[in-house]
Amino acid sequence: MKRYSVFAIAREAARYHDGWERAWRSPEPKRRYDVIIVGAGGHGLATAYYLGKNHGITNVAVMEKGWLGGGNTGRNTTIIRSNYLQDPSAAIYEKSRSLYETLSQELNYNVMFSPRGVLMLAQTHHEVRGYKRTAHANGLQGVRTEWVDPARVKELCPIMNIHGPRYPVLGGLWQSRGGTARHDAVAWGYARACSDMGMDIIQKCEVTGIDTDGGKVVAVETTRGRIECGQLAGIVAGHSSVLAEMAGFRLPLESVPLQALVSEPIKPCMDIVVMANTVHGYMSQSDKGEMVIGGGTDGYVGYTQRGSFHHIEETLRALVETFPMISRLKMLRQWGGIVDVTGDRSPILSKTPVEGMFLNCGWGTGGFKAIPGSGWAMAELMAKGHSPLTAEFGLERFREGRFIDESVAAGVAH
Amino acid sequence: MLLLTCPHCGLAVEETELSPGGEAHLKRFGPGSDEDAFEEYLFLRDNPKGPTLERWRHSYGCGKWFIAARDTATNRVFGTYPAQTGGPPDWIVKAMEAVR
Ligand SMILES: Cc1cc2nc3c(=O)[nH]c(=O)nc-3n(C[C@H](O)[C@H](O)[C@H](O)COP(=O)(O)OP(=O)(O)OC[C@H]3O[C@@H](n4cnc5c(N)ncnc54)[C@H](O)[C@@H]3O)c2cc1C
Ligand SMILES: [Zn+2]
Repeated sequence: MKRYSVFAIAREAARYHDGWERAWRSPEPKRRYDVIIVGAGGHGLATAYYLGKNHGITNVAVMEKGWLGGGNTGRNTTIIRSNYLQDPSAAIYEKSRSLYETLSQELNYNVMFSPRGVLMLAQTHHEVRGYKRTAHANGLQGVRTEWVDPARVKELCPIMNIHGPRYPVLGGLWQSRGGTARHDAVAWGYARACSDMGMDIIQKCEVTGIDTDGGKVVAVETTRGRIECGQLAGIVAGHSSVLAEMAGFRLPLESVPLQALVSEPIKPCMDIVVMANTVHGYMSQSDKGEMVIGGGTDGYVGYTQRGSFHHIEETLRALVETFPMISRLKMLRQWGGIVDVTGDRSPILSKTPVEGMFLNCGWGTGGFKAIPGSGWAMAELMAKGHSPLTAEFGLERFREGRFIDESVAAGVAH
Repeated sequence: MLLLTCPHCGLAVEETELSPGGEAHLKRFGPGSDEDAFEEYLFLRDNPKGPTLERWRHSYGCGKWFIAARDTATNRVFGTYPAQTGGPPDWIVKAMEAVR
């Protein structure tokens, strides 16, 4: 793989840019791999990357039914933060956030990590108490966050109306090193690095069955034939229950559409990310100038990647009170992704009842921020059989009643 | 926007008049049951991509619970029936099997 650099740009410019090579290969699938990962979203690709980088396992294939990064990874609003309440969450999300800091250099691919700061608004007294508690917890966990008062909120985000009649701003939880990154670039950067290590990324190849022998996984059936494997990882977000059914077990998940939308581009007006959890809305401004807005999830299972219109209406109605200037904006695009939600709003990184088969799912409405950390931890779990970062996120926690309850801490999509 | 007919009051209503209630016909377990039973009842779900039976409540109407048969991949609705039953009526089972 040729490295990207300022010299590469100069070199290619001198020969009319016809020397750029493809970022990743598109090989024919082999008959057998040591590890097959189902799902070329951020989490699947990052898992493959750290399997190679940290553990020297490179006979790996990533199978993708569509195009890589075309699932939730390419549909999310890219908020990155690590101000969670529970210790196991803070550990994996902060690991992830800190990996984002140097990811562009690590991958030699500009993922446009922008630690512009994330502000979570407190608009009810319940939230004030909740976020102060989170700020204290973060202090103990070594995650840098702070509670800020309404005056400071106004300073950080002048376009905000903090005296709204229905949803006044009472303060906020501020994480100055949170922010955003370019979602596609995260998937593309990992894909390029995986391909460079000799791994095969097989796009347009759907896994349709899982073959086991004596309770152990031996192969997957795909739309391009049967492929054998030593280990299998299902990292397919909203389709996790569908994949688990192929292996004969059920999961503690519900898959629901989550929506987002962007406005027409306007001049820079907001240089931080703001989340308003009471009204299920959050907003940031993209480098192109569009206001990127995320909303709430549908209340019932759906695989339509569309979502119900009234959720957008509710989100915008409430956001307009807090950001009066967006009332005149035209919205350009709206879309949905299928997010896999667990009972405690925490992910599952786990072995499964099928020997050799692993699962990484349940990231629900907030797993973009977790991609590097999740891949790091998942690779360790698969290579060594255990990882300190995944220990609390096993499937068995639902039977044992050991929840990692993040719904109490935020209770919202992001 | 889903449109469902409440089998109790016979009205065809928009989903904003209803509250979703999750997978239907779960087997309930009470105190003294073992961990596996509780896990089944409280957490494990079919979560299918395709036909499913789910509970709804006509919250801003008659207030009663009913069950809808819907395809989660297309949002096609096969029909609705009152919640006070052990399972779906035959005509709904047939309609769901036709698309499986
Ligand atoms: C609208 C929206 C906004 C969001 N906002 C944020 C945010 O601001 N911050 C944040 O941190 N998170 C956010 N999220 C959540 C985040 O997008 C996800 O948690 C994350 O992208 C999940 O990544 P993944 O790699 O697990 O899944 P995906 O990116 O969905 O990848 C899974 C892949 O598996 C493939 N697949 C499925 N079944 C099969 C099969 N049988 N065979 C082969 N391939 C298969 C799919 O095609 C897909 O490409 C948001 C999500 C949505 C939908
Ligand atoms: Zn009714």
